[in-house]
Amino acid sequence: MIRRILPHPALSAMLVVVWMLLVNELTFGALFLALVFGILTPLITSRFWPDRPKVRFGPAMIGYFSIVLFDVIVANFQVAWLILSRRNRDLRAQWLVIPLELRSPEAITALAGTISLTPGTVSCDISACGRALLVHAIDAADPEAEIARIKSRYEARLLKVFA
Amino acid sequence: MNLLAEILIATLLVLGGLFTLVGSWGLAKLPSLMTRLHGPTKATTLGVGACLIASMIYFPVFGGTYSTHELLITLFLFLTAPVSANMIAKAHIHRQGRGIDSNPSDGIIDGLPRPPNNSDWATFVGAGPVRSEEEG
Repeated sequence: MIRRILPHPALSAMLVVVWMLLVNELTFGALFLALVFGILTPLITSRFWPDRPKVRFGPAMIGYFSIVLFDVIVANFQVAWLILSRRNRDLRAQWLVIPLELRSPEAITALAGTISLTPGTVSCDISACGRALLVHAIDAADPEAEIARIKSRYEARLLKVFA
Repeated sequence: MNLLAEILIATLLVLGGLFTLVGSWGLAKLPSLMTRLHGPTKATTLGVGACLIASMIYFPVFGGTYSTHELLITLFLFLTAPVSANMIAKAHIHRQGRGIDSNPSDGIIDGLPRPPNNSDWATFVGAGPVRSEEEG
């Protein structure tokens, strides 16, 4: 019964929270409208996510987000330092091919977004078979080590989030 | 209390400004499109982030109001920055690989690594759907 009213509880919760943040005040009217949108939108859009993966909202997800936040801050300083101190011809720009163990499109999107957000790497393309990501690194002395780092640091954690 | 907040806000604003400046300097200085892409996508994360945190401290302390819009700006930026970077990179790879861009850069023409299993990058495969054998 609850599944029929709320087919996608996470999406509903997110819509309510984002709507309340947009309105920026806690009134009954705003909350009511947020709930209406939060319940109606998943019902209307359910055809767009026919077989969505199960996402675990728990320690795995919190751990993933905190490690990404930490890496974003650290790597920002690294890239800023690279831009300021390194001469262009000393940059070791590299293309990396990251073989994927993740299979669901949502999980791969999350990984690609993470790679782009952490400075120094930008994800560029996915292979047509969906098994590998093409990533550009601005300065990678050891491409193999960089690939291993991305796989163990982000992909292994995402595998636990998208069970 | 106010002095402490002022120091904190000033520090964050200077830090954010510095990171944005370095990102823009990278855009001007770096040699090719792919390396240039790294500069501005990074300025959005920490540069804008520091300015937004400063704003979140300023309004409750000095304005007497609170605002949650900064959190949303962060959320939307983190959603859109990778997508736009991805679109620019794909267009670049496509133009280089198909020889539309007359100005070779980033070693795409003569050195783009191939994906495993005889597959090709999705940009070159065309309008067909992206398949994954194990899915479904």
